Amino acid sequence: MARYDRAITVFSPDGHLFQVEYALEAVRKGNAAVGVRGTDIVVLGVEKKSAAKLQDSRSVRKIVSLDDHVALACAGLKADARILINRARIECQSHRLTVEDPVTVEYITRYIAGLQQKYTQSGGVRPFGLSTLIVGFDPYTGVPSLYQTDPSGTFSAWKANATGRNSNSMREFLEKNYKETSGQETVKLAIRALLEVVESGGKNIEVAVMTKEHGLRQLEETEIDAIVAEIEAEKAAAEAAKNAPAVPKET
Amino acid sequence: MKLDTSGLESAAPVWGAPSELVDGFSAAPSFEVPNTTDFDGFQKEAIQMVKPAKGTTTLAFIFKEGVMVAADSRASMGGYISSQSVKKIIEINPYMLGTMAGGAADCQFWHRNLGIKCRLHELANKRRISVTGASKLLANILYSYRGMGLSVGTMIAGWDETGPGLYYVDSEGGRLKGMHFSVGSGSPYAYGVLDNGYRYDMSVEEAAELARRSIYHATFRDGASGGVASVYYVGPNGWKKLSGDDVGELHYEYYPVMPSTVEQEMVEVGGA
Repeated sequence: MARYDRAITVFSPDGHLFQVEYALEAVRKGNAAVGVRGTDIVVLGVEKKSAAKLQDSRSVRKIVSLDDHVALACAGLKADARILINRARIECQSHRLTVEDPVTVEYITRYIAGLQQKYTQSGGVRPFGLSTLIVGFDPYTGVPSLYQTDPSGTFSAWKANATGRNSNSMREFLEKNYKETSGQETVKLAIRALLEVVESGGKNIEVAVMTKEHGLRQLEETEIDAIVAEIEAEKAAAEAAKNAPAVPKET
Repeated sequence: MKLDTSGLESAAPVWGAPSELVDGFSAAPSFEVPNTTDFDGFQKEAIQMVKPAKGTTTLAFIFKEGVMVAADSRASMGGYISSQSVKKIIEINPYMLGTMAGGAADCQFWHRNLGIKCRLHELANKRRISVTGASKLLANILYSYRGMGLSVGTMIAGWDETGPGLYYVDSEGGRLKGMHFSVGSGSPYAYGVLDNGYRYDMSVEEAAELARRSIYHATFRDGASGGVASVYYVGPNGWKKLSGDDVGELHYEYYPVMPSTVEQEMVEVGGA
């Protein structure tokens, strides 16, 4: 096995590209990230590792905008993310210049995935060690979308998805609890999914929402705390209802 | 995502193609220059060579119901009429038309190329390209060949999600959005008639007749225009050819011969 995992451009006998799989491992070690698509809103949330006391937390934004109507969050190697984000931003503007139209979310996702794939089939390079969650609105139809890409260069659309650390538990939670939501309900669903794997509290999560009218907005820590409090209250109420004595049946 | 468009890439990109794996702006801008000892002279010669070739009349205008596109069909080489049946309205795809003025080969080739690019855009993005986008693609290509002797004066007319669209694109790299354009040596005459008769809220028949008459008048006065006046209409369901009338016949339709009374008749003088 050792012979087949050095160079990216070498298949193993049983059809694996080990470098790509190792890149996926790097993603699995990255911070948790979740994305949820609502009917009129899209939400991205990422786990924030506790900031060092002297670090200016504003300089480590993990949810970034690619254009006015597209945003991205990722899990994995942050330095690789920076390069990918820069190329995507350039492509968004280049598209606007050549066809006088903003990109669709699918187009820019395809571009990013294409870039990630190129680095799995070239000599002397390694794959990007990150998976991205891309959200946005179609510039004409206004339909919201959520896409995910991974180091192998595949991409697909999702109603809700998670990546990074403990993404499996988050995805299970989303599969159990997903339903079509809008506005604040979507935000709550995203935060509830993140809270499954992250310590509760506004200072451990970063959340951003995007609407057609207002574009991308990062939520303040106080806002997140308020929603977390709401969620905990709901959870407590649900627990209480479960443990309450059963209503006697009428005879 | 970049599809492999190496077959479509213009031979002379304005910027040196950036290395794929290195950040896009590392190459210094440069463009290829033809191999001559006297580049300026060569440019002047090239321009002179193609100057007379824009012998044509084409026009297009947007009105309430869509876009009307019309053109003549004469090709001339100096004073020699090489053809009276040239198709100057090129069908890029079922909802977009381009007109030809300037070098026939240049127009035909680049319109076909634009058609390919539009189709690839549709396949990649699952939606039709806008008239804005298509005209921009063509204008960018022509700009990258600026100064190398291409002669193209074209109008891109079509109907997309935002309604009717009309752009003028030329080989100098210019691109203009507008409501009416006429291109070619006969355009001043066509503009005269078009500007006089134009109203935004015409019906399709009225607009077609206006377009036909404008082309006819241009062919009447301009020696480099003639043949058949074709009129196309672009509506929400795509383009449709409305008519193709020989301008000679149109002349007698508009100005039928009136037998005039002769004042004095020559009388046979019999032998004395």
